[in-house]
Amino acid sequence: MCPVAPNTRTILICSGKGGVGKTTLTANLGIALASQGVSTVVLDADFGLRNLDLLLGLENRIVYTAQEVLEGNCRLDQALVKHKQQPNLSLLPAGNPRMLEWLKPNDMQKIVGMLQDQFDYVLIDCPAGVEDGFKNAVSASKEAIVITTPEVSAVRDADRVIGLLNTNGIKPVQLVLNRVRPKMIESQEMLSVDDVTDILALPLLGLVLEDEQVIISTNRGEPLTLSGTKSPAARCYSNIAKRLQGENIPLIDPAKEGGGLRDRFLRLMQTKII
Amino acid sequence: MTLRDLINKLLGRQQSSASTARERLQLVLAHDRSDLSPELLDQMRKEILEVVAKYVEIDMEEGAVSLETEDRMTALVANLPIKRSLKNPDETNQKAS
Repeated sequence: MCPVAPNTRTILICSGKGGVGKTTLTANLGIALASQGVSTVVLDADFGLRNLDLLLGLENRIVYTAQEVLEGNCRLDQALVKHKQQPNLSLLPAGNPRMLEWLKPNDMQKIVGMLQDQFDYVLIDCPAGVEDGFKNAVSASKEAIVITTPEVSAVRDADRVIGLLNTNGIKPVQLVLNRVRPKMIESQEMLSVDDVTDILALPLLGLVLEDEQVIISTNRGEPLTLSGTKSPAARCYSNIAKRLQGENIPLIDPAKEGGGLRDRFLRLMQTKII
Repeated sequence: MTLRDLINKLLGRQQSSASTARERLQLVLAHDRSDLSPELLDQMRKEILEVVAKYVEIDMEEGAVSLETEDRMTALVANLPIKRSLKNPDETNQKAS
């Protein structure tokens, strides 16, 4: 077995709550990193409800999965699905949901160890919840990105997950705030970026603006970062990838998204006075 | 509190929903992080008040014990208004018993 590539970054993408954008972030980040020239693999650790293949448009190209690799029925390179338009990106599909009955942390570590030999980035798409699937995925990860939305339930679940990541020695843990609506923040009907980072006390890796294009790209199975569109969310995702790579890209300030008189007035109304 | 909240307050309107969300989250997270249920917290409040009442006269109804959280650190905060101090706590105890 080759020695572990020392610089491989193994990043868990998790949220606690379902439906906040873990898989979409994994897919877009995978494509964005790959197009920056680093070899990247995305691992679908959500064996119960796998969807990463669908978001990447690779669902028809799966032959083997992590299951066959672990059982020794195929080689790793037979299971890896290389993205056609972005060959720097590969997917290791999740196996059958029945795998959950026997999968243990050391199985996950074994799979991730094999991926670390070959890739610069291993992105692990974590299942929702904080049960066994989450624990298995955490055991194989070094660092984590917690994704949440500015909603009370998502923030609460993110807090729970952050506590568990800290207990397990995962470092660094960074935050991505998804589905940000500048207008609603301005009218103070949505938690602001500062509210969420204050409450969760995590460094902000990036925010993603609410964007209909995300749904359209999911329909097509072509992540936004693949097409080179300049849509708001696409910009946000590629900024996040650049920051992961160490580039100093300033955060989008949702408060500055609108410059009209009405926006300026709404900003005045947000001024903290106590 | 923001400028909008102040105006809403003056006009007797509801505060903005983001402020409500913030307050609700801070409270629920303090409990989540400490793993203390409201019942346990209330029991603790009563016991703390009993201990303090041995030394100073306090209003048993007024005392508030709450969890406050900042930067992932949770603190137990007790706010107990003292009416007056009792000079000899032992004596008071005997009287009470």
